[in-house]
Amino acid sequence: MADDALLLSLIVALPFLGSLLAALLPANARNAEAWLAGLITVGILTIAGILWPKVAEPAALRAQFEWLPEYGLNFVLRLDGLAWLFVILIAGIGLLVVLYARYYMSPDDPVPRFFSFLLAFMGAMLGVVLSGNLIQIVLFWELTSLFSFLLIAYWHHSQSARDGARIALTVTAAGGLCLLAGMLLLGHIVGSYDLDVVLASGPKIVTHPLYLTALILVALGALTKSAQFPFHFWLPRAMAAPTPVSAYLHSATMVKAGVFLLARLWPAMAGHEYWFWVLAPVGVATLVIGAFLALFQQDLKGLLAYSTISHLGLITLLLGLGSPLAAVAAIFHIMNHATFKASLFMAAGIIDHEAGTRDVRRLGGLYRAMPITATLAMVAAASMAGVPLLNGFLSKEMFFTETIEYHVDTALDHLLPYIATVAGMFSVGYSLRLIHQVFFGPPATDLPHKPHDPVIWMLLPVGLLVLICLLVGIVPAQTVGGVLAVAVESVLRGQTPSYSLAVWHGFTPALLMSLVATAGGIVIYLSMLRYLSGNIEGAPLLRELKGKRLFERAIVFLSWRWAKGLEQIVSTARLQPQMRLLIGVTIMLALWSFYTRPISLVPGSLQGADLEFMLVWVVGAACALGAAYQAKYHRLAAVILTGGTGLAVCLTFAWFSAPDLALTQLLVEIVTTVLLLLGLRWLPKRIEGIASESAFSARLRRFRDLAIAISGGAGLAGLSYLVMTWPLAGSISGNFLERAYTEGGGRNVVNVLLVDFRGFDTLGEIAVLGVVAITVYALLRRFRPARDSIGLPEQKQFQNLYDADIQGSGKDPITAHYLLVPGLIMRLLFPVIAMMAVFLFMRGHDLPGGGFVAGLTFAIAFILQYMAGGARWVEARLRILPVRWIGVGLLVAALTGAGAFAFGRPFLTSAFAYAELPLLGKLPLASALFFDFGVFALVLGATVLVLIALAHQSLRVHRAGAARANTASGGKS
Amino acid sequence: MELIVSLAIGILAGSGIWLLLRPRTFQVIIGLSLLSYAVNLFIFGMGRLRVGAPPVLDPAAGGDISRYADPLPQALVLTAIVISFAMTALFLVVLLASRGLTRSDHVDGREGGS
Repeated sequence: MADDALLLSLIVALPFLGSLLAALLPANARNAEAWLAGLITVGILTIAGILWPKVAEPAALRAQFEWLPEYGLNFVLRLDGLAWLFVILIAGIGLLVVLYARYYMSPDDPVPRFFSFLLAFMGAMLGVVLSGNLIQIVLFWELTSLFSFLLIAYWHHSQSARDGARIALTVTAAGGLCLLAGMLLLGHIVGSYDLDVVLASGPKIVTHPLYLTALILVALGALTKSAQFPFHFWLPRAMAAPTPVSAYLHSATMVKAGVFLLARLWPAMAGHEYWFWVLAPVGVATLVIGAFLALFQQDLKGLLAYSTISHLGLITLLLGLGSPLAAVAAIFHIMNHATFKASLFMAAGIIDHEAGTRDVRRLGGLYRAMPITATLAMVAAASMAGVPLLNGFLSKEMFFTETIEYHVDTALDHLLPYIATVAGMFSVGYSLRLIHQVFFGPPATDLPHKPHDPVIWMLLPVGLLVLICLLVGIVPAQTVGGVLAVAVESVLRGQTPSYSLAVWHGFTPALLMSLVATAGGIVIYLSMLRYLSGNIEGAPLLRELKGKRLFERAIVFLSWRWAKGLEQIVSTARLQPQMRLLIGVTIMLALWSFYTRPISLVPGSLQGADLEFMLVWVVGAACALGAAYQAKYHRLAAVILTGGTGLAVCLTFAWFSAPDLALTQLLVEIVTTVLLLLGLRWLPKRIEGIASESAFSARLRRFRDLAIAISGGAGLAGLSYLVMTWPLAGSISGNFLERAYTEGGGRNVVNVLLVDFRGFDTLGEIAVLGVVAITVYALLRRFRPARDSIGLPEQKQFQNLYDADIQGSGKDPITAHYLLVPGLIMRLLFPVIAMMAVFLFMRGHDLPGGGFVAGLTFAIAFILQYMAGGARWVEARLRILPVRWIGVGLLVAALTGAGAFAFGRPFLTSAFAYAELPLLGKLPLASALFFDFGVFALVLGATVLVLIALAHQSLRVHRAGAARANTASGGKS
Repeated sequence: MELIVSLAIGILAGSGIWLLLRPRTFQVIIGLSLLSYAVNLFIFGMGRLRVGAPPVLDPAAGGDISRYADPLPQALVLTAIVISFAMTALFLVVLLASRGLTRSDHVDGREGGS
């Protein structure tokens, strides 16, 4: 049994593995790709052959793996007769298609993509037929839609291929969603998603009140996939795919997934009148409309596509009839259709390949040029038309017999024989047209290529399929009898009727219908000959019936007009209303929790409060309010006032036992101020007192915003007061305090938390910092300042005028001596600050300091140099490579973390030891120190990169201005 | 003391929110700075306010952990401070670029409203 499980898994796994491998081969490895894909299909066929004796037994082969056991979902592979038949179809035709594709694809096509998708599709399709679980079927089902999309769009430079792929994906994937809903309902009805359980619960399902809903949803999935009316329009559009794809996916396998599913669920769902009413009318309509439209196609592949639609309609109708004998006919026809239609598609591909066109009107007389192709295509087309001694005849005969039988007493049922005969006429008509107009008649003269038979390897797959058509058609019982019996038994489970697979049944009504259909088909074709050769596109009567146009209109409405309308109603692109909404909702939510769980707010007192601390915050609050008031017209004042508030925050941290925070806040305050000062230059001049400011509506708006701000601030103040006066209980912090020294090797618990306990968080945070810095750098590389801020600032111009006035032009002593004494001091301070940074870094693990603080300090040392000497002066003397610092920092931090792997520990596990070093004394050498060095390097690099990139903008603009002036003067001279 | 810090948080948050609702990008930047002060203080306050108890272990004092302030909110706030600098820098550059492209420093990239 274990071997069977392995073999079953291999059937599904092999194509996916092959797909991965195929994707990795070089772009022109056509032979290697074909060999790989061919071997995989041969392997699957061999496995299927090995498993055949066990399939013939009544119980299905099963292999079960745990998937989502908590939801009662297992990954079940299940092989019974029907699944076996499909495995043979998928792998067998797959093999022939691979061989064919090797010679069909041109050397310019990137074959790895083709074979990789083809194999992945094969795996998905095998997954569908082998699934023993409803949800699993849907999963693989959607995968087939996805790979079909990718394969149709293989030649993605062509608009029609992209459109066709998109339509196919939209229709089939939407159907797949319906199917998922249907399967969920079905699982709900049965109480299990296991296919064996579901198939055994037929009576329970059909009597359940949700049966009709589940049936419609499942049918929608199956009908979209099998291109049934009115969802048929995607299939002709999918013919933009390479012909091997059309032969494989869109005639033999994927479109059969829909009817496969109906056959699969037949024992569970067919036992009710609704089954007939949902499926049979759709099948009839598709059968007739498809056959009618096929006759009028001018494109060879289009003709075959509509004929496929028609035949799929026939199979749906047979399954929809709900009688066991009809189910037998349906399964038989699935096999037969796959063989003759795949060979016809391949023949069409050969004609396209050799003659250069697929237009039926331009082709003609090809029999003389390519006799072998012509002969093979004629046999296959005859099988499609239902000519005796070919397999198409047998299943069509069974179909005709079945239409005469009584099913559900309705007008539709009574009319069925006549409808079937009419559809048969059209079927004969288009088959005849295919053969007559392409291979006979006057030889075509204006073909792009001179047609001839292709290489034998391209003909071989067609020949083999045609041979199967003949063999099955002449000796059905001996060739496919056994397979069919097992497949039928797996669907009908004991209800298998007696049927005979003979060629000759005597003079039956069905034979009469066949004769009438053949004669009628010839008459129809001959009478339409002149019309068909004319310049027509599309069929008469039904020309206006364009599913595609309806589809496109629906898509436009859904995804554009309605979406846009909805967006206009509920959304806005403006920031301020969104902000108001965001803040308003936050305040409301906070109020709501106050309201539902009322907490009495004890009025606090100022007793015991330090007067100094109170004064700090009088200043701090005044600064904050001042900044809020001045931010519009006096930006410099606002920046300074914000800095004042920051200092108050910094003092608060220092006051309440957070030296690390105080240090960081102070340093960040400095770099933020420098940053904002550098940015100020590029902002527009703003003049106070615009008329609209004092308008009533503007006042009202400001009043509303003020109310929001006050309530938000008051709410947060109340909340903080509540929390801070609440006794602290059950915190995890004690744990960190206890373990910081014993396990982290550091006494500064905040630093140990950052570089050790929460090291992964810190790694993420410094990564963010690095990303932001590089983003800033990248944004500024293409920075174009607004026109009015390109010139020198007003103050500078004024100063220059003044200097010129006092000193005369040319010399510029004031700017030359700008910040002379402070500049010298700043330069001398560089080593001091750098040493300070090293000091802060080294002590960080035990005392306040660490990588963040040290990095910021070092960055400030650099910035001071820029301020003292100017960018050009600094860069002439120092090579600062902040991007490299960022990279080094991130790498060091990550590698330190990964180093733990070498000792078999999880990522970022730290180790520590103390080392006695000369001069420096006892030093903690925790691995966290290296991590902290990464933090240091990254913070330094990021801060410097941001500030320098911004500072350089002034230089760039001046350079650009100077270059412009130069070219202008150069042009004059 | 708690009352003072709460009032400070309230004033900072109120000023920040007011500025966030203003139409000029620079106002929004200053508003974000003020609001992040308030939020940092708020998170810091979650560990309760302690005077003279920095979470730096004193080898002489033994293992009594009640002597130390809560280190967890401090570690959270420390990275938050650095990240808010990065955020300010990014926002500043985005607003400068947007001003360069749209010739307006309105938050919506075009004049309108107040």
